[in-house]
Amino acid sequence: MGVRQPLEGNNAVAEAMRQINPDVVAAYPITPSTEIVQTFAKFVADGLVDTNFVAVESEHSAMSACTAAAAAGGRVMNVTSANGLALMWEILYITASLRQPVVLTVVNRALSGNINIHCDHSDAMGARDAGWLQLFGEDAQEAYDNLFQAVAIAEREDVRLPVMSCLDGFLVSHSYELVEVEDDDALRDWVGPYKPRMPLLDINNPYTMGPLDLWDYYIEHKRSQWDAYPDAKQAVIEEGQRFGETFGRSYGLMECVELDDAELVVMAMGSTAGTCKDVVADLREQGVKAGLLKLRCFRPFPAPEIVEVLKGAKALAVLDRAASFGAATAPLFSETVSALYSHGVHAPALNIIYGLGGREIRPEDIVGVFDDLKAIAKSGQPSDPVKWIGVRE
Amino acid sequence: MSDRVYAKDAGWKDMVAGGYIPQAGNAEEYSVAGWRIVHPVRDDDACIDCLFCWVYCPDNAVYVENESVIGLGFDLEHCKGCGICAAVCPKDCIKMEEGSMPAEDE
Repeated sequence: MGVRQPLEGNNAVAEAMRQINPDVVAAYPITPSTEIVQTFAKFVADGLVDTNFVAVESEHSAMSACTAAAAAGGRVMNVTSANGLALMWEILYITASLRQPVVLTVVNRALSGNINIHCDHSDAMGARDAGWLQLFGEDAQEAYDNLFQAVAIAEREDVRLPVMSCLDGFLVSHSYELVEVEDDDALRDWVGPYKPRMPLLDINNPYTMGPLDLWDYYIEHKRSQWDAYPDAKQAVIEEGQRFGETFGRSYGLMECVELDDAELVVMAMGSTAGTCKDVVADLREQGVKAGLLKLRCFRPFPAPEIVEVLKGAKALAVLDRAASFGAATAPLFSETVSALYSHGVHAPALNIIYGLGGREIRPEDIVGVFDDLKAIAKSGQPSDPVKWIGVRE
Repeated sequence: MSDRVYAKDAGWKDMVAGGYIPQAGNAEEYSVAGWRIVHPVRDDDACIDCLFCWVYCPDNAVYVENESVIGLGFDLEHCKGCGICAAVCPKDCIKMEEGSMPAEDE
């Protein structure tokens, strides 16, 4: 049985890492994820884990060491935020291309410039094409639970892909919540031992990893990698169910709140989804057919599943906590509308950009979004597809 | 081509996940002769068999037998024409000549 403990999001993640007891952690501290690294380093120093902790000189080195340790056959974890993730960028692609099941906690923080340490999703969105799976947790409990599932998903023989487990910087990472911490042995049984596929340390079966690969085979390898993601999506569903069967908290690709008959739908990721839940409950009491789609799994992007739950909406607002500069719309909106359009659904849709650099989003802001949706449902089209909220004019 | 490399028409479903090459050492079967714009030529009369060229060659493209390179030439399937052998030769007896191959082979 689990024990409810008051934990910061960061401490919940560090506790999960202690329970997983990975072979290698090569990490470089960066706000707001520093606390995870320093807490886990103490676990190593105190002998509570068997992990080989590699103190590296940069995040580029951190992810290089992690990818190499995974290639050698180890269970490998890492932690970062924002500019640290950006510095890993080159290696992120290599980890995924080599099909190494590294698990990386990303405590979401704004990218420079200017320098900002607070929450937005621009760091994870910048890594969205690298080939990693990306799970977004709403609160400390989800950040904790997601990490075990991330390891299980990544290491499945039908997946073998790296996973990012994302949580909102400060809003979740530095907030105390009651977290159900499960029993060490039960979790270790649930995650299970790691059986590496083709580890480099198998000296009886030598092979080459990451060779030069030009016009003659590279595109075949990329096409082969593309084919891994539908299986990974199924693994996210199955491991979320399996987690629920053992620990009572089930997870899926997304969480649907009042979507069955919803006419006005808001879509969000991370802690903002929690704010939206309260607003949806209030609006329902007032008779408004409001709903929330909380997307948990951004990669692989579950396009048909999203279309299925959104097809009845009269108006949709997609909340992006990131901007894609120069693009017509922000990433979550672009992908969602692309999914709807390619499945023949053309609901009026508004892209809300909010919360950059930790700008607060309050329930009244979400109420305002639903007011916009009422107008759009009538007019059939927003006057401008993008609206920034929580910004001074 | 041998069974140590993919067939030329191998499709994406034939690829090993992660793009690994399970056949150890098959880079030997990959010719980089076309990468060169110059090729090394050694004056075997001036060579003192110090083996510097063999030691420094990044592509194992200097033939050696019984601790001697004299008269053996270069592996022109794997030499990329970088010129390191010529640069490290203490007797200055390796010259990088124009063209990817010696004239008689072109």
